[in-house]
Order: sequence, then structure tokens, then C-alpha cells
Amino acid sequence: MAKFTKSDVLHVAKLANLNLTDAELKKFLPQLSTIVEHISELNKVDTNNIEPTNQTTGLTNIFREDQVKVSSINQASALAGTDNIHNGYFKVPAILEGRTYK
Amino acid sequence: MVNKQIPLTIKDTKEGLLKKDFSAVELVDEYLARIDKNKDLNAFITVSSEEAYKKAKLIDSNLTDSPLLGAITAHKDLFSTKGVRTTAASKVLENYVPEYSATVVERMERAGSIMLGKANCDAWAHGASGENSDFGPTLNPWNKKYVPGGSSSGSAAAVAAGLSLIATGTDTGGSIRNPANFCGVVGFKPTYGAVSRYGIIAMASSLDSVGSFGHTVEDVETIFNVTKGADGFDATVTEGTVGKKNGKIKIGIPKEYFMEGLDREVEQSVLAASKVFKDEGIELVDVSLPNTKYAIDVYYIIQPAEVSSNLGRYDGIRYGNGRDSFGAEAKRRIMLGTYVLSAGYYDAYYLKAQKVRSLLIQDFDNVFKEVDAVLAPVMPTPAFKIGEKVADPLKMYLADIFTASANLAGIPGLAIPSGFTKSKLPLGFQLVGPRFSEETLFDLGKLYQKSVNYVPTLPI
Repeated sequence: MAKFTKSDVLHVAKLANLNLTDAELKKFLPQLSTIVEHISELNKVDTNNIEPTNQTTGLTNIFREDQVKVSSINQASALAGTDNIHNGYFKVPAILEGRTYK
Repeated sequence: MVNKQIPLTIKDTKEGLLKKDFSAVELVDEYLARIDKNKDLNAFITVSSEEAYKKAKLIDSNLTDSPLLGAITAHKDLFSTKGVRTTAASKVLENYVPEYSATVVERMERAGSIMLGKANCDAWAHGASGENSDFGPTLNPWNKKYVPGGSSSGSAAAVAAGLSLIATGTDTGGSIRNPANFCGVVGFKPTYGAVSRYGIIAMASSLDSVGSFGHTVEDVETIFNVTKGADGFDATVTEGTVGKKNGKIKIGIPKEYFMEGLDREVEQSVLAASKVFKDEGIELVDVSLPNTKYAIDVYYIIQPAEVSSNLGRYDGIRYGNGRDSFGAEAKRRIMLGTYVLSAGYYDAYYLKAQKVRSLLIQDFDNVFKEVDAVLAPVMPTPAFKIGEKVADPLKMYLADIFTASANLAGIPGLAIPSGFTKSKLPLGFQLVGPRFSEETLFDLGKLYQKSVNYVPTLPI
């Protein structure tokens, strides 16, 4: 099994949209590396012809009518969690470079 | 309530109210005073006294019997409570006030419970000790130098210390049974899918189950009966039963749980509990769960994978603060989960873990062909000292060895106190059974508490 390296930490942090400080990087690398080493033990288990388990309920395809429930929250409630709103919408950070909203 | 001990069961609370020995407002007075006196335990993140008095006055003005009448309740701060701040013990949600309540909260309110506040926990329910809370650790009421267990740390500590009669919790890898065990109260984790997760901040969606704490098995059974069943908002909720058995009840003792590293006092206490059942005419059978040793590895692949997905939604846009506000443990789990799901590693870690999860389930299926329940330790040791494991996350993870299997298999577990160590720390054991065997577990738990003449005591 591949070893968990500094570039792995930087890669997964980027994928997970986390900004790590140098101090965090220094702390997390050995911790995550030890954990990855431990969970790699599973490779020793023979799982030939074993089906994977996603969930334990045994249920499949639970459908309901595609109708708005009366208890659904209204627009004002949906927006109540942030001050970053504009004309009844959420304001989000720009995702394209070279262009700003003023 | 002057000069009277607070009632320690739902039944005593109800009877006291109906007989007018005390009023609901007096109950709230008394509990708030106790919370105030024991602030150092840090069991609560938010105390909602205003809402509590409002509910108490409503109960006093119209006294009618209901299953949880006047039951003072602490909700783990993972449960959404309309109008009352809900933080998941994380700085990300430090100012978040939900617009709706979790199904469990609503059902308990309707059954007559009085919510007193939101209990502290490990942030996002990540932890086995309560030390990962961004609002500071909760202390063990039996000895403040020790951890109360986690992640439902404040829930267990509040019930143990008499700061709340009952409490809710979530159990993803042991987060109810572990703190119940460390704090000397009853903790119940239902079958996966028996109770709706609607309105409860998700940790790992194939493992999360929603349960409770109380002083007696009867009380967690009452809460389960109030909270279980479909609500139309959580598609995993099902109802099931395993019919009562006519023949002799058999309890399995799994040899893999009595391994090296198991504390002597814990071992003796669990064996003493098995003797109680034997004396009650229950047959004890030695059984084997051979894949137990892989449970932690499977759990620490599947759980962080699902955590990384569930915590992806916290971007600080619609509510809450941004991702820089995540604490160290959340960041570790997000990164670990992202890693095991990432291109090139998925088959080696996540898929492999799902397959070994099947083997763990097969172990239980085989054992439950022979026995009705399994009796085992909850934690390998009694409560450990605050700070002892914080520098070494892997060491902390290994503490989940006896609890995580039940979550991976989706089966119910009941943690019951069984006395104290020589140094006065709580001891206990757990009973786990097949899916939807709650009735059997409650019957066995009640039998145990009756047989030992269990009387709940408060440390303070």
C-alpha cells in the first residue's frame, strides 16, 4: 500500500476545500499517515466472492408523490441563516477569475 | 421541590405532577438551579430556560397524562430545535438557529417533555471522550479529572449528574453507549432506521442511529416508543419486529471481546452481569465473532468517507461560518474520508471496507441463529483521564473497538451500568441483538435492573 505523503495531504485538502496552515500540515501528516497505515491492515482479509454492504436496511427505492409538502419552509425562513442576501437570493463568492461583482 | 430529591424516572416525575406533589415550574426551577451549581461540568452549550418555563406553565395549566409528561430533557446539540441555537458543538454553526425541529424533538415535545437545553458533545459527533467540542470538554460527574465519554458527552453527563432527567443522543460508532458506560447511566442505540434522522445533523449516513439516555431501561424504552417510526422525511425508516421467543432465552458471550487489553475490573463486572442472567434462568453460550478485530479499520474507512461527504455542505453561504472554522478532528476526518474515496484508492479502501463490513454482518447473523442477544463490554477500560489520548487520534479511535461493530451491522445495543471500580468510576456492559430485537433487549435489561434491585444514584 502506498504511503501517505505530504503531497497526499495537500491533494485531499484541496479536494475537500480546506486551507491548511503550515502548522496544521506538520501536525496532520504523521497523524493521518499512522491512521492510513492502520486501516491498510484490511488488505490482509480475504474478500473473494464477498458482496459489499452499502446499507443495512434492505430497502430499495422508497418513492413518494412529487408534491410540495405543506410543512416546507418559506423563502424568508430559508434565507434566515445568513446576512449575505440580495433581492431574496443568497450571495455567493465569485467562482470565475478576472471578474468581480460590485 | 424544597428538601425533596428530584425524581429519577419518568414514572416518578409523572406521578409527582399528577398527584400535585410538585409543579412542572418547580421542577424546572430545581433543574436550572442544579445546572447553575454544576456549570463546571460544561454539560450544556445552550440552556433554554425561557422555553422550558413556557412549556412547564402549559403543562401545569392543563395536567393530562402523556408518555413523557414533565420529563426534563436535554437534546444533544446535533438535534435541530426551532428557535433555539444548534451548533453541533462546532464554531462553524456557533450562531445557527434552525427554522424547524427534528422529528425526535417534535415527538418528545408532543409527548410532554420539557426541553431544558442543548447538550455539549464532540464537534459533529467526532470523538470518544467529549474533548473535541469547540465549546470546551465536558467533565465526568463522578470524577472531574476524567472524561465522560463521547461523542454524546453532555447528554450522558447531564443525566448522570441530575441536570436533566433524560437526554437524546446519536450513536454512529458508540457515541451513546460509550458515554453512558463512562457516566453510569443507561444508553440505548436502536436498530439503524428505526428512528427518523430528520433534522439531526448528519455524521455518517449509513451508520447514524438516534437514541437516548436515562437512569432506567424502562425510561429509554418509553423514549424509543415515543420517537420510533416513519415520519415521511427519512426514507430509511422502517418498522420491524422479531417475535417473542417461546423457548428459553439464550445470551451469547463473544470470546473476541475478552481479549488482551481488556481492563480486569471491566471484565469482572461484565462476567458478574452474565452471572445475574444465569441465575435468572437464562442460558449463557460461548460464541465467536471472528472478524471483530477488523471492525475499527472498517469503521475508520466508511465513517470518515461518509463524514467527508456530509460535511461538504458547510460552505458558509446559506448559514454558518466557512470551512476555516472546522476544528482539527473534523479536518482530519474530512481529509481521511476524501482520501479513501479519491481516484485510485476507492477500491483499495472504501470498497474493501464495504466487503469486510459484509463479513462482520455475517458474524452476527451466524451468532443470532443460536442466541437471542450478545453480552459484552462497552469500552475496554473505565473512563480515562482528560488529556490522556488527545495527542494521539489513533489511540482514541481504538477505544471504539467494542461498539463500532453494532453500527456497521445496523443492530441495536443497550448499555447498562453495573457498579463502580475501586476508584469509584462507573462500570457497565452492553446487550446487542438482531435487527429490531429491541423488545428482547429491553426485557433483558429490565430483568437485570430488577434482579440487582437497581436504584439510580447521583454523584452530586
